[in-house]
This record gives sequence, C-alpha cells and structure tokens, in this order.
Amino acid sequence: METFIHAYSWIDIRFLLQGLWVTIYVSVISIILSFILGLICGLVRYMKIKYLSAAVGFVVDIIRNLPLLLIIFFTYFGLPKLGLIANPTIASIVALVVFEGAMLSEIVRSGINSVPTGQMEGARSNGMTYGQAMIHVVLPQAIRNMVPAILSQFVSLIKDTSLATIIVLPELLYHAQIIYSQNTSYLIPMYLIIAVMYFIVCFCLSKYANHLQKKYL
Amino acid sequence: MWQILTGYWSEFITGFGNTILCSLIAMFFSLILGVFFALLEVAPPKIGRAIAHIYIEIFCNIPLLVITMIFYLIIPQFWVKVSGFTAGTIGLALYTSAFIAETVRSGINSVGDGQMEGALSNGMTYVQAMRYVILPQAIRIVIPPLGNQMITLIKNSSVLAFVAGFDLMYQGDIVAFSSFQTIETYVIVGVFYLVLTLPLSYYMRHLEKRLA
Amino acid sequence: MRKFKKFLLLPIIFFLAFTLAACGNKKQNTYQKVKQDNTIVWGVRADTRLFGLMSIKTGRVEGFEIDLANAITKQMLGENGHAKLTKITANTRIPLLKNNNVDVLMATMTITPDRQKQVLFSKPYFKAGQGILVPDNSKIKTVQQLNNKTVLAVKGTTAVANVHKYAPKAKVLEYGDYGQAFSALKAGQGVAMTTDSGLLAGIASENPGYKLAGSNFTNEPYGIAVNKGQTQMVKHINKALDELKKNGTYNRLIRKWFKGVKGFNIKEVEE
Repeated sequence: METFIHAYSWIDIRFLLQGLWVTIYVSVISIILSFILGLICGLVRYMKIKYLSAAVGFVVDIIRNLPLLLIIFFTYFGLPKLGLIANPTIASIVALVVFEGAMLSEIVRSGINSVPTGQMEGARSNGMTYGQAMIHVVLPQAIRNMVPAILSQFVSLIKDTSLATIIVLPELLYHAQIIYSQNTSYLIPMYLIIAVMYFIVCFCLSKYANHLQKKYL
Repeated sequence: MWQILTGYWSEFITGFGNTILCSLIAMFFSLILGVFFALLEVAPPKIGRAIAHIYIEIFCNIPLLVITMIFYLIIPQFWVKVSGFTAGTIGLALYTSAFIAETVRSGINSVGDGQMEGALSNGMTYVQAMRYVILPQAIRIVIPPLGNQMITLIKNSSVLAFVAGFDLMYQGDIVAFSSFQTIETYVIVGVFYLVLTLPLSYYMRHLEKRLA
Repeated sequence: MRKFKKFLLLPIIFFLAFTLAACGNKKQNTYQKVKQDNTIVWGVRADTRLFGLMSIKTGRVEGFEIDLANAITKQMLGENGHAKLTKITANTRIPLLKNNNVDVLMATMTITPDRQKQVLFSKPYFKAGQGILVPDNSKIKTVQQLNNKTVLAVKGTTAVANVHKYAPKAKVLEYGDYGQAFSALKAGQGVAMTTDSGLLAGIASENPGYKLAGSNFTNEPYGIAVNKGQTQMVKHINKALDELKKNGTYNRLIRKWFKGVKGFNIKEVEE
C-alpha cells in the first residue's frame, strides 16, 4: 500500500501527464491529417476514376491489412532512406496518418455510398455540377452518417499511440515504463494508473460519440 | 535480399506459425466470450447487463498493449506464470471479445422488435425466441463486421512482439537487427501478414456482396 | 480473374519495396556536417542506470555517456559546440546510425567484428564485461549453468549471441529494453537476466533481492560508433577521447558515476 502512495508522487504523476500530453497531441494531429487523407482517398475510390481509383484502392487494401506496428517500423526506418528526417514523433504521426487514413477511406467510401443516389440525381437535375452536388448535397449527408465510425477510429487511434513506445515516442506508456524500470515495485501502480488514464480519455470520447449520435441521427 | 528470406527461413516460419496459432486460439475464445457477453447485455436481468457493460467498456477503452503487459508482468506475480505467447493470446482474446460483444449486440438489436414480440406471443420462451428466431437473423447481419474483427485480430497479434511471444513480428525484429537489413526484413514480414489477411479481406468483401 | 490480377500485383509491390530499400542513403561526410551545423547528434540510451538514464524529475537524460558525449562535443567543436541527444534502444541503434538519423552512437555498444562490418568504431571508451543477474536465492553461479533454462536479454545486444555461445542449450527471450527485461525477471519469466555487468550492477544496487552471479564471462569494450567510411569523424573523436583522458576529465567522469557502485571494480576501468 505504501508503494502505491510513493508511486503516485507528484513528480511521477507530472511525468506521466507529460506523456499523456504527447499521446493527445500526436493523436489530434494524426486524426486531422488522416481524416483529410481518408476523405481524399475515399472520394477517389468512390468516383471510380480510371486507373487512379484502382491504384489507390490497391494501396489502401495493402495498408489496411498490415499491422500498425509494422507500419510504424517502416516509417521510422524507411523515411530517412527517402531523405526525410524521422524523429519518433514524425515517424509515429506519419505511420498513424497512413494507417488510419486507409481505414477512414473505407469509412468515407461506404458513407458516401449510403447516401441515396436520388440525392445526387436531384442535385444535378437542379443544375448543379458534379462537384457542387458532391460538396453541398452528398458529402454533408455522408459525413453525418460517418461521424460515429470516425469517432470510434479516433478512440482506436489514441489507443494505438501506445504502440509507438517501441520507437521511443515519449508518450504515456513509455513514460510509465521509464518510471517502473527505475523502481520496479512501482510496476503495478503504474499500469493501474495508465490503464485508468487511457480509460478516462477513451471512455469520455466514446460517450460523446454516442451523445452526438443520439442527438443528430 | 532474398538471402534474408532463405537465410532466416526457420525464424520466419516459426513466427508465421505462432501468429496463426495465436490468432486461431484468440479467435475461438473471443467469439465465445463475445457472444456470451452480448447475450448478457440484451437479456432482461439488470445485473447481467451491468456486468456486461462494465466488461465491455473496460476492454474497449484500454489499449491492447497495456492489457497484454498486465497479463505478462503482473498476473504472474499473483497467480500462475504465463509465457509471452499465452499472455498475448489471452490479452488478445479478451480485448477482441469486447468488440465482438458490441458487434453482436447491435446485430441482435437491429433484428426488428417485432420479431421478438411475435415469437413471444406465439408461446415461445425468451430463450427459445432467441435461439430460433432472433439469433439466426442476427448472424447474417453480423458476419461481415465479425470478419473485419477477425482480420483486425490477426493484425493485433503483432503485440506478441512486445512480450517475447515468438510471433511473426518478434521474429522479424530479431532477423532485422541481426542482419542489419531492417527494411528488407520488414517487407518480408509484411508479405507474410498479407498472405493471412488479404485473402480473408477479399473473402469478406465477397461475402458482403452476397449477403447484402 | 480480378482476384488473380490483384494477387499478381503483390509481387510487384514486393519488388518496388525492395528497390526502394536498396536505393541506399545519400553519402555524406559526417565530420563536415557537424562542423557546419556546430552540432553533433548523439544516439544515447535512456534506460540504463549510470550510462544514460531518463530522469523523471527533469525529463532529461543523465549518465556517464551523456557527460562524455558533451565533453567530446566541446573538445571537438569548441565551447559553443552543441550536443543533441537522441534516445535510442539497443535494437534500433545501428539502423538509425546507418540512416543518418544520428551522427554518432554512444550507447553501451560493444566493439565486435560483426558490428565492425556495419559501422566504424572509435577506440574503446569503457571496459565492460558481460554478467548475469539473478534473484538472491538463486543457485546459479556460472553462465554454463544457464543451459536448459530461460534467460532474459535485450534485443540487439551482444548478450544474446554470447549466451548462445557459452550456454547453447539456454532458451533466450529478448525484450525492447533493460527495464522490460528486468520486469520480466521479476515476474519470473526467466531465471536470469544477462547483459554487461556495469548495467546489471546498477540494477542490483536499486533492487534489493537481486545480485550479480559469478564474474564477467566476456570482455565487452564499449566504442563510439560512426557510419561506415566516416574515417575523418572517427579520427577526430579518437583525438578528443585521448585529450580527455590526458587532461583528467575522463577519470573524473568515471569517478563521478562509478565510485562506490556495488560489485564494480573501478580500478579496472580508470586510465
């Protein structure tokens, strides 16, 4: 019991919160960028442009079927070969964006598919171009349908940042590992508190997603 | 580059085999647990619903890696020693079971209320209604998402790399860092994973089209 | 037919990825680069007591290697030289060096012929040896007794190869870093943990209940590593090392970090 109290000293908690901050900002940046990427890829796939859609589709399939851990290693060791810097933060963000972008592109595609074709027809017969119809009529409805799935991907992404501990990203799990590797009796307190922290963040987000779903759908 | 594949063939095959083994075991148990908790969640008794809710929320909101580490490092101190492979498989099964429970639950819920009412008013008990009317319809709805869960499970088995589980990812690490050819090795590891996941993924898409 | 075409594209991806990997790195002269930027990027450990350990209080890495890296940087680039520290782990260190993520590595890396095929080493800056860490009540005294038992080590260290050499029937489990390997030892996942004795002594000093078994069974001189072919860089590093040993800084740092560490013979290491 005493070890618990010692483990939860302010120094340790502050160190963990610094890790939590890294988890959160990496997640937020990744979700924004991967949403943009997913939107573009999903649209391309939906519109069935001649060779591009198939190529994008193939790449998306490959990425969706690989473990995120593998993609993280690829970006961390592969980016420098392409001449780009790859500190752990950038490598994690790129890996997450690529992976979640592929996941989101499928969600986007099925979201757009779920909008009745009548909408597009109605918009175009009212004189809109394809582009205008897409942006003003179809996409808004598609996005409304997609919000629950997107938010659950967001929760998934936050949990997946814990994998980046292997490339020394100073996020929550890594900081906890540092603490308990220096004080091995803190092992249980550390895992308990980071489980709680992850739980609180993810739980709140998924409850918010449910709330949105009930309110708008 | 092919030298890595041939030179370390036994490592890759060991990893491949363990990944398949872990995935199959975890799939089996997570399906059983998942369906159990889904039924617990929809069945009338409030206590069952509460327990199911707590279980599902806990395992859906904590990272798989954290759950696996807890089984690997903490449980052995109090209970029985587990190997990395076992800890990883248990963690994977529990984690996935929560998601399966959610999927199955929403599948059951999407079978119209009228079905249950109709069954009950025809004199069936709740259990009979579930068994003969609701569940068969739910299964059809639930198969595509479950298929995706299975694919996700195979990918998540890579967490065994963190706990010396001798799976594809763990062996890949060892080969990569003793051969110093990291990218080439990970490409090979990737191809091994794709051999498992791509066919499943295409089959799921095919099934979806057939069931829709 | 469509499915088949898709499977056909798989080997194409395979091939593309290989050629990309074989593309190789831009050749650069590390010494010119560090002179130009007035910065040396050091790959250092953050999980190793006494050598490079992340301080929870300050969030910075502290240790013998950190101090030595700073001293060498100042020696090479002058007082305004800047040492940038990048945290690495044992299994990522060499790939990071080869990719030019870091300029030099000082990360408790033993000089071995195998590694010398991949990187260029400076003169040794620390004489270490491999040891075994066991629980206090363990009967194990020599490495040979590890045969048919489970040993825990860290991925990418010489410890793994050495165990296979001295105890071929031992089963070795490998982890990402020392913290994880020791946690596994505490959880009973193996009977012993093996790596360099200096590192183990640090762990033993913080964890009553664990002790070093027997004495060093190999010699593990640590060297600073630079990318293959960067002879100018390694020449300057050696020169800086020699000067630090001559003006007493080296011994001062050794005493600062290793004096009084249980189980560690400081006389073996001072120059």
